Formats: sequence, C-alpha cells, structure tokens
Amino acid sequence: MTSITPLEPLGPSRELLPTEPGFFTHWQQLLTFNRDHKIVGLQYMLSSFVFFLIGGLLAMLIRAELLTPELNVVTRQFYNTLFTMHGSIMIFLWTIPFLVGMTNFLLPLMIGARDVTFPTLNALSFWVFFTGAILMLVSFFTPSGAADSGWWSYPPLSVQSGFGNLFSGESIWLLSVLLGGIASIMGAVNFVSTIVWMRAPGMTLFRMPIFVWAALTAQTMQLIFLPVLTADLILLYFDLNFGTPFFNVADGGDPVLYQHFFWFYSHPVVYVWILPVFGVFSEIIPAFTRNPLFGYRTVALATASFAVITGFVWVHHMFAGDTPGWMRLLFMATTGLVAIPSGIKIFAWTATIWKSKLHLDTAMLFAVGGVVMFLLAGITGVMLSAVPVDLHVNNTHFVVGHFHYVVNNTIVMGLYAAIYFWFPKVTGRLMAEGWGKVHFAFMFIGSTLTFFPMHILGLQGMVRRISSYQPDLQEWNVVSSLGAFLLGVSVLPFIVNAIVSWKHGVVAGNNPWQATGLEWTLPSPVPKETFEATPTVLQPPYNYGDPNVVLFDPSDPY
Amino acid sequence: MATPLTQKHPSRFYTDESPVGLNRWHRHLPRWLGRFFPTGGGLQTDHEGQGLFGFGIFLGSETMLFGTLILTYVILRIANAEDWFPAGVLGPQRTPAVILHSIVLISSSFVIFAAERALGRGNVKWFRILLVITALMGAFFLVGEVQEWNTLDFGFHTGLIGATFYLVTGTHGLHVIVGITLMMIMLWRSFRPGNYDKGHFGVTAVSIFWHFVDVIWILLFTLFYIW
Ligand code: HEM
Ligand SMILES: [Cu+2]
Repeated sequence: MTSITPLEPLGPSRELLPTEPGFFTHWQQLLTFNRDHKIVGLQYMLSSFVFFLIGGLLAMLIRAELLTPELNVVTRQFYNTLFTMHGSIMIFLWTIPFLVGMTNFLLPLMIGARDVTFPTLNALSFWVFFTGAILMLVSFFTPSGAADSGWWSYPPLSVQSGFGNLFSGESIWLLSVLLGGIASIMGAVNFVSTIVWMRAPGMTLFRMPIFVWAALTAQTMQLIFLPVLTADLILLYFDLNFGTPFFNVADGGDPVLYQHFFWFYSHPVVYVWILPVFGVFSEIIPAFTRNPLFGYRTVALATASFAVITGFVWVHHMFAGDTPGWMRLLFMATTGLVAIPSGIKIFAWTATIWKSKLHLDTAMLFAVGGVVMFLLAGITGVMLSAVPVDLHVNNTHFVVGHFHYVVNNTIVMGLYAAIYFWFPKVTGRLMAEGWGKVHFAFMFIGSTLTFFPMHILGLQGMVRRISSYQPDLQEWNVVSSLGAFLLGVSVLPFIVNAIVSWKHGVVAGNNPWQATGLEWTLPSPVPKETFEATPTVLQPPYNYGDPNVVLFDPSDPY
Repeated sequence: MATPLTQKHPSRFYTDESPVGLNRWHRHLPRWLGRFFPTGGGLQTDHEGQGLFGFGIFLGSETMLFGTLILTYVILRIANAEDWFPAGVLGPQRTPAVILHSIVLISSSFVIFAAERALGRGNVKWFRILLVITALMGAFFLVGEVQEWNTLDFGFHTGLIGATFYLVTGTHGLHVIVGITLMMIMLWRSFRPGNYDKGHFGVTAVSIFWHFVDVIWILLFTLFYIW
C-alpha cells in the first residue's frame, strides 16, 4: 500500500473536522425508521449478515449428515427442511438484501448524490424486508416445522406438505418471500430513479463506475422479472391454502406453468446477485493494479446486455422435465450466449492485471480469488447448458457444485472483497491485513475443498437433496464436509477482525487506497451530510496510473 | 530496432479501443443510449420528474404482475378448451348491468382527466367536484361487480374458471379500491394551504394509475366476457 503513487484528487476532497461525527453515531439508529440511505444500507447489511450465519449453521448440519452414508444426525423430514431453509435463507435473506444494503450505501456516494430519490420508501423497504425475514425464521417453530419442499417450492410437492393450514411452514415461507419481493420492488424503483435523476453534473452515462452500471442493470431486471414470481407465488398460495386448481393436474391445472414462471424470474435473479459483484471486482482490480479498467465501455455494455440475454434462457433449468425437443435446442443456444458477456468481463479483468504492479491487499486477494472461482463456475455452467450433459448430471451434486462455485465462491468472496475495501467509509478505520489474509486463506481452501469434490460426486451419480448415499462415495464426501467445517471456521477471524478494527483499527483517512471514484473524496467515516456542494465530474472513471495509458478519447463527450 | 508500422500513436495506448475492431458501434451505441438518459445528470432538484419517473417504472412492474395472471388464464383456458365450463355452468355473461358498470368505469377516465386539467388551470373547486365524481363512478363499478358476482352460476371453487375469474377480477377490484383511496387522499390534501406550490405530481400520478386500471379492465372484459 505504501508504494502506491498518489493520484491527483478527483475533486476537492473534504477533510473530516474534529467535531464532525460519522453518519453512524448510536447503535439505536439501527432500530429506527431512518431515511438516511447510509443507515438503511447498514441496517440491510448487518441484519443480512446475521442471517448468513444462520444459513451457514444449517449448511454445517447438512454436511455433518453427509459425513457418513447412513442417516444418523437428523431425520429425513428435517433434512428436507435443512436444505430448503439453507437455500432460502442464503438467497432471500443474505445475498439479495446484503447487495441491496451495499447499493444503498454506495450508489449515492458514487454518483455524487445526497441521498436516493425516495428516502421514505427506502426506509419502508427495509422494514418490510425485515418483517418477512423474521417470518421465515419464526416458521421453524410452527407445529408442522419450516418449509421443506426446496427453495423452488414446486407443486405438487409444496402443496401437499401443509395443505389448508394457514400457519404451515410452507404458507409462512410464501408470505415471507412475497414480502421480500415487495421490499425489492421498492428498492428497485428507488435505485433506478436515483441513477437516472440524481447523478452529479458531468457524471455522464459513460463516466459511471461499473458498480453503478451493474446496479442499474440488476435493479431494472428486478422491476421486469420479479412481478412474475410474485404472481406465481400468489397462485401457489391460493392452491395451498384455498384449494384452487391452478397447478393441480387432476382439475386441468398445470404444474409446469409454475416452473416456467418461477425460472422466468429465478434465472435472471442470479444476475441480480452477480452483476454487483462483477461491479465490485471492476472497482477493486483497477485500484490495486494502478491500471485503468481495460475496455471500460465494453464492460459497461456487456453488463447491460445481461438484462436482455437472461430473459431468454430460463428453460435450461427445466431441460430434464417434459420439455419438447425444439425448446431444449432453442434454450441451449441462448444459454450459450450468456458466456459471451461473462467472457468479456474475465478478459477485461485479466487485461487490467496484465503487466501491472500488483498490490495484494486483502480486498484484492478476495477479488482475484473470486474471479478465478468464477472461471470454473462458468466452465461447468457452459457444460450444463449442453442438454446431453445436463440430462446426465441433472439433480446431482454436479449442479450443486456448479452453482456454489457461483454463489459462494464468487459472490460471497466478492462481498468480502467489498467489505474489506469499503470498510473505512463506514467506520473510518481499516481492517487488519494479517487477519484478513488468514481469513482469505481459510476461505479459499475451504471453498475449494467443499465444492470441488461435489463435481466428482455428481458425475459418479450422487443425487442431491437426499440424506443418505451409496457407501463407495464416502471418501469425497468426507473431504467435502471437512472443507465445509473449515469454511465455517473461516468467518471467525473475519468477525473478530471486523469488531476489533471497527473500534481500534488503523485510521484510514479519506482515501486509503488512492482510488478514483467520488466516494473516496469524502471523509471516512462518511458524515451525515455527504456532499455539501454537489461535485462536478470532469474525469473518466478509473483514471489511474500512466498518463500514456488513457481510458478513452477525452475529446469524446459521451 | 524496427518500429511497428501499424501503430498510429506510438506513445498512446487506448485501453478502451475494442480488441476486435468494433469501434464504430463502440462509439455510436453510447451516443444512442445517452439520448434516453439525461446525460451529465444534475437533475437532483426536479422532484416532479423524479416522482413521475419512479411511479412510471412501478406501473411497468405492475403490468408484468397483471400480465402473468392474465397469461395464466389464457394458457389454462387454451389447454382446457373443451371442458372449460363445467356442465351446467354458463360462465360470465355480458348482461346489461355488466356493460353498464364497465362503461361507467371507462368513462371515469375522462372525468379524472378533466379534473387534472381543471387543477392545471388553477380551478381547485372544479377539480374537487370532478375528482369526487370519478371516485363515485369507481364505487359504482365496485358495487356493480359485487352484485354481478352474487348472481353468477359459478363460485370461487368451481374449477379453473372460478379460480381464474375471481382471482384476476378480484385483483383488478383491489386496484380500483386503491385508486379510490388515493383519490380521497388527494381530495384531503387539496384543502391544505400551499399544497400545490410545488406542482401537483400526486394528482398526475393518481390519474395515470386510474387510466392504467381502466385499460386493464378493457382487457379483462375482452378476455372474460367476449372470448
Ligand atoms: C456462465 C454462466 C452460467 C451458465 C451457462 C449457467 C448454467 C446453468 C444451468 C444449465 C443450470 C441447470 C442445471 C440443472 O438444473 O440441471 C444451472 C443451475 C444453477 N445455476 Fe447456473 N449458470 C451460469 C451462471 C450462474 C450464475 C451467475 C449463478 C448465480 C449467481 C448461477 C446459479 C445457479 C443456481 C442457483 C443453479 C441451481 C438451480 C437449481 O436449484 O436447480 N448460475 N446453471
Ligand atoms: Cu439459469
């Protein structure tokens, strides 16, 4: 860090006066209906991290059960609840809300806005989400137990387990996801409006950081696709509680319709998660290589192109069902297209790193680790998009391995990178490097040990969502379970580091990483009133390093 | 040492130059996209624009919700074309009462349009009168719809026809209720002094919402009473 040459500041940077406190002064602020986008962001991030720990605990139980081929830790019934609630919590209570929190905190700072366009709606969004989240957790204590039909909740299975009982786990699960959806729509309206209307003068479309591009794309996708899931779950709620026949074959209904609507949203949603993480990589990699982001415009447009492509690939989750041949062929082709913008991004990050002077601080380690993991996830993803391969490994641990390389090894890794990178903006202090590197080592090794063997097991025919398996598959399962426990332990150094650094870490100053970007012109921690005078942006983004390496033609006004 | 001949600016390296020679679209697409976004930002103070934009994209989302429910009905009806109506059930009928309350609902769109125009001219009195008339027309529709439900020869539990019909028209009815509530809020606000100093974005939004509700009804009428 010390060897980084200082950059010319992007704008006049504000110094934190000794009397000026950060935006976060009392922990009680977290319990209020607060309209400050930074507090809402913190509320989202802290609560979802707690849910992450709960979801992780359930994963530990799953892996404990899979240590041995026999059923010996939990009952079969409870195993179903375990994987259902693990998946649901990780998706609806951790990944999505944490990213919403991060976007809340960072987006206005990055575009030079004082707040989001609708601050009250923003505060409301958090409390709606939080109510839904508590509902989901409370459902464990209902007489019939929590939901147990998988996070897809396919009928007819999902309709059988709690039929006609308004307080069944399944019924509460549906309410919880519906509330989360309403909160997400409120957030999406807010974020898209903020990006369109609140940018500082001079912050043109092609001067926005990639994180902002990602937020714009992801939140637009929420607006388009999420209502389809909402409608789908409402129909399921009626089937479950009031006996309507929408998805009941016996009365002319169609359960496959549920699947179509479900994946029409739930494929795009994986890009709602991963695009902001790609944005994080695109912020961190240039800062620690001191190079401009290679191909900034292409990366921005590749980000936006995901919103279009992902609308036409959902059937790849239904290849193994009763899907007609022409549909399989069509969606196999469209799914392959997804690899193009993904490839563009990996290419851009590699080219940014190429021949640069690398600074391997913890944030950068997590970012590069995430990119490497995503490469593997992308390879298995393209394999799965080929119908014959998918039919072979469908519903096996190969699929579980694939999507955990995405959701854990890439997304969670990227979220940690973001925490290490932007921690000073929340607390004013840096996280400790040594503990950070221990955390990274545990996490990288743990993730690989946990999820790589799943590919092998899947190819050997180990079926997912079943609590026992053939004895000859035990070796790799033991490796995977031990890896998972290491992964579980790896959050401990992180938590200790975060708590201790929050109070006693090295004071960061405005811009500890010498990064470009408007958020770094503000004091750390960010004060309540962020931009006293609206800044004017005169530079392209990622304006790092060698003056002979320029981002784009400065005479071009776009 | 030979200098590469192709290099135009030996000292400058444009990292954003497309590696596969796509520089034409690479320069033109941003320009094209920029037309849809206020380039350069600096619009933080336009609260009316922000409000209408936010409300507009929310209605886009609502359209997807209704679209999914309606699509469910269309797909299930096509799949069950022969036995859509169980024996003895006639289904929704185009009775004079239904046609009357549909016409009333759709004409109320013009009334709320006139109300907004009146407000635009600063005539708050006529605005209030026309807004109340719109709300009453909406209420007339609701009452008519409930009466019609009571006379139909199928219920919520009569197979797919009952489930789809009552769910979709019920969701629409809920939107009518929300619209009337919003109108009452606008009426109440019109009595607060200085309420229209910053324009009347709220009224415009309610008016757009009401048109939206009416367009959905035209679609539902076509699909349930004419098909
Ligand atoms: C390179 C791009 C990608 C391709 C080509 C791809 C392809 C696929 C395919 C074909 C499946 C279905 C496997 C089956 O059910 O038999 C699948 C499953 C899955 N993918 Fe991806 N994927 C990609 C990226 C992602 C990303 C970015 C995420 C999340 C952030 C993700 C998350 C998932 C999840 C959660 C599942 C499992 C869904 C389930 O429970 O069945 N994938 N992927
Ligand atoms: Cu997918």
